[in-house]
Amino acid sequence: MRPYWAMLSARFRTLLQYRAAALAGFGTQLFFGVVIVMTYQAFYSANTTPQPMSLEHVVSYIWLGQALFALMPWAPDADIRLLIRTGGVAYELLRPVNVYWLWFSRALARRTAPTVLRSIPMFITAMLLLGLQPPASLASGLAWGMATVCAVLLASAIATIFGIGMIWTISGEGLHRLVSPLVMLLSGMLIPLPLMPAWSQTFLRVLPFRGLADIPFRLYLGDIPPSSVGPMLLHQLTWVALLALFGHWLLSRAMRRLVVQGG
Amino acid sequence: MRNALVLYFQYVGVSIRGQLQYRASFVMQSIGEFWAHVTEFIAIWALFHRFGSIGGWSLPEVALLYGLVNTQWAITDMIGRGFDAFDTMVKSGDFDRVLLRPRATTLQLAGLEFTLRRLGRLAQGLAILVWALVALNILWTPGKVALFVLAVAGGVCLFYGLLVVQATLCFWTVESLEIMNVFTYGGLETARYPVSIYRPNFRRFFTAVVPLACVTYFPALALLGRADPLGSTLVFQYAAPLAGLIFLLVSLQVWKFGVRHYQSTGS
Amino acid sequence: MPHIVVENLAKTFQVAERDPGVWGAIRGLAKRRYRTVHALDGVSFSIEPGELVGYIGPNGAGKSTTVKVLAGILVPDSGRCEVQGRVPWKDRIAHVADIGVVFGQRTQLWWDLPVIESFDLLRDIYRVSKSDYTRARDELIAMLDIEPILDVPVRQLSLGQRMRCDLAASLLHSPSLLYLDEPTIGLDAVSKLAVREFITRLNRTRQVTVILTTHDMDDIEALCTRVMVINEGKILSDGTLADLRAGVTKERWLIVDLVNGEDTVTDSAANVVRRDGARVTLAFDPERVPTPELIRRVTANHAIRDLFVENPPIEEIIARIYRETKS
Repeated sequence: MRPYWAMLSARFRTLLQYRAAALAGFGTQLFFGVVIVMTYQAFYSANTTPQPMSLEHVVSYIWLGQALFALMPWAPDADIRLLIRTGGVAYELLRPVNVYWLWFSRALARRTAPTVLRSIPMFITAMLLLGLQPPASLASGLAWGMATVCAVLLASAIATIFGIGMIWTISGEGLHRLVSPLVMLLSGMLIPLPLMPAWSQTFLRVLPFRGLADIPFRLYLGDIPPSSVGPMLLHQLTWVALLALFGHWLLSRAMRRLVVQGG
Repeated sequence: MRNALVLYFQYVGVSIRGQLQYRASFVMQSIGEFWAHVTEFIAIWALFHRFGSIGGWSLPEVALLYGLVNTQWAITDMIGRGFDAFDTMVKSGDFDRVLLRPRATTLQLAGLEFTLRRLGRLAQGLAILVWALVALNILWTPGKVALFVLAVAGGVCLFYGLLVVQATLCFWTVESLEIMNVFTYGGLETARYPVSIYRPNFRRFFTAVVPLACVTYFPALALLGRADPLGSTLVFQYAAPLAGLIFLLVSLQVWKFGVRHYQSTGS
Repeated sequence: MPHIVVENLAKTFQVAERDPGVWGAIRGLAKRRYRTVHALDGVSFSIEPGELVGYIGPNGAGKSTTVKVLAGILVPDSGRCEVQGRVPWKDRIAHVADIGVVFGQRTQLWWDLPVIESFDLLRDIYRVSKSDYTRARDELIAMLDIEPILDVPVRQLSLGQRMRCDLAASLLHSPSLLYLDEPTIGLDAVSKLAVREFITRLNRTRQVTVILTTHDMDDIEALCTRVMVINEGKILSDGTLADLRAGVTKERWLIVDLVNGEDTVTDSAANVVRRDGARVTLAFDPERVPTPELIRRVTANHAIRDLFVENPPIEEIIARIYRETKS
């Protein structure tokens, strides 16, 4: 565990230094949240048919999304990209560690550090001023906490796959450019998943992406009762395991390619 | 002026030839940008599928706003990279090279890069726009055609002005520039829906300070022949896109001031 | 009329200071402390047309600030500066049309394009007429021997090839004044010689005024008839290389190869400044002890394989000038 922990904490501390970027990111996220909330208010105000989610819940869902925005795996992490472009990836191969978990640790740091910096002010601001409700109950709060940890693992697993893909430069670029918009759409980051058409709900439930945002957010709201936390975590962790297996396989293919081509 | 235009197109040619050396990557990125915005529009479609309308506007009407603002931004993004990525230029000292050449700094920066991969985004914006125009059955008159062209041009000017302001900030600080995304990407998010749904102060800001509504919402009202709940007149709706041009001219003055500051501090 | 006149040029910068750590960052947000740096502190000189001047000084001494002022891209706080009777920063575009600038660390060519396309674009940027351009271009291509690499994208050139192309690029508009900022940095020995030879030819045949900043003293010795030394914003020395030497020290070096490497050399009129195995370097003042006298004494007292006399290397002289300003 030691090398992975060392990588995680080193990257984490480095990333914590980007305070100015975090502040600007916070301002941007706040603005986006305000706009999105106003559009939902407008959508709801003219519509009388009952919806699968109340406006209050949607507003909280939006703010949770804004607060945890930096968690999303929307692109290969810049440091992995740089590593591959400069040929530094060769050094990674020389280290007596499992490269997959090393990169996973990098991805984990890349998700957590900016999120810590950005989410705390966002939670405080949104809760005090902008209609973010507190967790539905203590149990909901706990369930949300656990699901968020799993969401971080899931996001890191996806980001790691994007990173590995970069070894096949063009195809890797294609992979993340085609998949990451889907991640945003199918996770609930673009619109709350319960508002997607009824026929799509079955697919959405099975796919891994709802584990990134929809599951933790709805556990927070009590929209999914805390009693169902077990199956939810199982859903997330199963996908983490499957994606990690896939990542290992992909990396071994990538390594063979690197060895053959000489980096 | 003619000479400057010739030089600009030479710059563009150089930039395109450079990018075409990485053809596969360019094709992939274009497709990626197209796809990313398709998913974005799917989300909007899903909301209309559920709610029917927003502020009295139907999906095709909102698609007109969405297509308009996305086309404007895609064009700006394609021709404004020199200003958008100006922070790296200031950090690396490459701006000194720009100053060492006997041409206007704005011309050199405008010509720096013609970003081909934005074609994907432009294609998506235009596709939505065309779909909206077909679905809406607008009764086109020469006046409306002129207004439409003016609105696109005004929007490009406005967004370009925002990039110029963002670049000017780099003369003072290269940190916290992300905050300018509030006006560019935030503006894009805002202008895809009719501004009448937003709170008054918000609306005023995007009409009078960063006049985004003047290049999207007001001309769209005139094109659609809709009455404005905010009470704007038809004449105003036709003239409004000029605000984008004015914004650009002001931005260029701000830029000149920034360059003078840079020359006196050499930061 | 001198090509460049600079009188009493002064420029200060405000540098923001921050205490280390998180607390420093937070305090920095509330109140910033500034330190004033005198980049130029009363710099005066004048340069005649066709001179080839070396401008040297440690990093941060004020070299690049001076060059930026002369190039018209930085406005000084006070002082007079005229290049060909023009104030550089008053009319940037007219001024920069008549100067060429080469930065050794950065290329001005378009990275992904063949060299010749960069040249063609520069022609349009500088508004050079077709006939002038063709003449200047062909001449430069021949002088710098870059014909074979004209169709290669810049990113694929070696550093030496790129520097030769950069030199050509900065001269396509036939400027009367050329600033070279470390033009030989990172180059191999052959490329260095080629660059130096080109600069000399350019200066002799075309009467282009050249200002050269460098850390490579071989450049200075090979190229410059005149050297200006700057440190902490002040010109410390201005003259020929011989003047520069004489101003610092009259010292000469006697280098002795001993038969017996274990031997020690002592003489009342000379100090040992360096010792590499059997080679001993003695520094002496020829006014105190004439050179033949010292050689006689040393050869009489020690078993010598070989000996020769030389001037202290220019690095040594420059280092002493810097040290003297420090104390």
